[in-house]
Amino acid sequence: MRFVIGLPFLWLGVFFLLPCLLVLAISLGTYAPDSVPPVELGLSFKSFALLFSDDLYLAAWISSLRIAATSTLVALLLGYPMAYAIARAAPNRRPLLLMLVVLPFWTSFLIRIYAWMGLLADNGLIERFLRWSGLASNPGTILGTEWAVHLGIVYAYLPFMVLPLYATLEKLDDSLLEAAADLGARPFAAFLTVTLPLSLPGIVAGCLLVLIPAVGEFVIPDLLGGTETLMIGKVLWDEFFTNGDWPLASAVAVCLLVLLVGPIALFQRNQARSLERR
Amino acid sequence: MAGPARFAFGMLAFGYAFLYLPIALVIFYSFNESRLVTVWSGFSLKWWHGLFVNEAMLEAAWLSLRIALVSATGAALLGLAAGYALARAPRFPGRTLFGSLVVAPMVMPEVVMGISMLLLFVGSERLFGGPDRGFLTIAIAHTTFSVAFVAIVVQARLADFDRSLEEAAMDLGATPWTTFRTVTLPLIAPSVGSGWLLAFTLSLDDLILTQFVAGAQSQTLPMRVYSSVRLGVDPQINVLATLVVMIAACALILSGWLTRRKV
Repeated sequence: MRFVIGLPFLWLGVFFLLPCLLVLAISLGTYAPDSVPPVELGLSFKSFALLFSDDLYLAAWISSLRIAATSTLVALLLGYPMAYAIARAAPNRRPLLLMLVVLPFWTSFLIRIYAWMGLLADNGLIERFLRWSGLASNPGTILGTEWAVHLGIVYAYLPFMVLPLYATLEKLDDSLLEAAADLGARPFAAFLTVTLPLSLPGIVAGCLLVLIPAVGEFVIPDLLGGTETLMIGKVLWDEFFTNGDWPLASAVAVCLLVLLVGPIALFQRNQARSLERR
Repeated sequence: MAGPARFAFGMLAFGYAFLYLPIALVIFYSFNESRLVTVWSGFSLKWWHGLFVNEAMLEAAWLSLRIALVSATGAALLGLAAGYALARAPRFPGRTLFGSLVVAPMVMPEVVMGISMLLLFVGSERLFGGPDRGFLTIAIAHTTFSVAFVAIVVQARLADFDRSLEEAAMDLGATPWTTFRTVTLPLIAPSVGSGWLLAFTLSLDDLILTQFVAGAQSQTLPMRVYSSVRLGVDPQINVLATLVVMIAACALILSGWLTRRKV
């Protein structure tokens, strides 16, 4: 047993915990463009100070949070009815319906985002559809806007929203709804007062599973967003690969982690509680 | 059908269309004669042929495949151990830390994990002169990232099943190791198998972590795809997407079959 615990413990300690501490150490160093690697170790808060004083970084933080939050909300509004419908379907059909939600997740993330590039491109199908249907007379190119980024996030993370929602909705006791109906509640009222509150753990889990990765997202804003779409994952990437400013990129990483510790802790507490209830 | 349910089924249909229409179009346009994905100009297999003679792409695919095999196997072994420890050892020093270390990579932003692992490898290069960045560093990074997924499946499976089977084996004189090998392992094997598949897929698909730790020499398939896609739409990528979707569908059916065999 000691070996069974020790091996993964050691592995994760060396390859996960230690690197996290290294990021913290590097974020406190100073940028030294002439040395390899371009860092001078020390105890300076210069990178953090820059992060909080420069308007560009501040704007990137705010727009990351805003884009992630609105995308999560849209994913919830789409994912909830989907999960609800699957949970209400005939039991022998549910595995197939659920598999159809999960299947895209098993294909390549990159390729799914790529799929939207053609659709949203200049004179692409979406633009032509909008013009043809009269929804917008001159929609312009959607690729390269924040609309495209929102769309990409909802598309990529929808399965993460549907799965936990389905897990709570599936366990819902039908007799509760029947009781509500017997007491005179219309279907919609019964939904609002019975189903919705009982599915709250699923809502919390689903929203966090979308929100947490969306905040630090890189591929979606890079491929679907334009130059004016600022997201913090992209800032980190550019600081690291383009500018070679390792301490600043590390400081962004540290801030991102600090920002996400709250939601992550909330997620784990939520999971632990629903595990207990089983 | 009641009002909310009818609305929900409508949304479900819309959701499926939303999920599958882009993929269907990508597959459709892989047979397009034109280079543009906005115009259909006739059926052609030239992009299919182009992909199969694209040396750089094939080489990248081969590298990705090897990395995925190694890292999925590593993650399955470590995840099996971690999941078993979490489910069967209620108390040991550092259990809380261990528990959070196991699941943290799952919720860690990938850019953060990428930069932290690269810093580790740069540090070890300075101190010990290695490992060289490439196959090994990518495999280590992918393994670390995937352990969580296997551990969670294994832990959940172990929490579900009847412990009296293990106790009976022990009462009959089996050593803990024999018990594990003859009772526990066969029962959780499907979970380990589907965890392995998940780790394999995650490794094949990973871009961000790989980009950080790959070094200058190695190019995995997602790295190739990314650098090609950044320049715009490329019909060869549509062909690749078609292949990936087909393989994923097969893998999912296989994994569904593996997990359904439990009980």
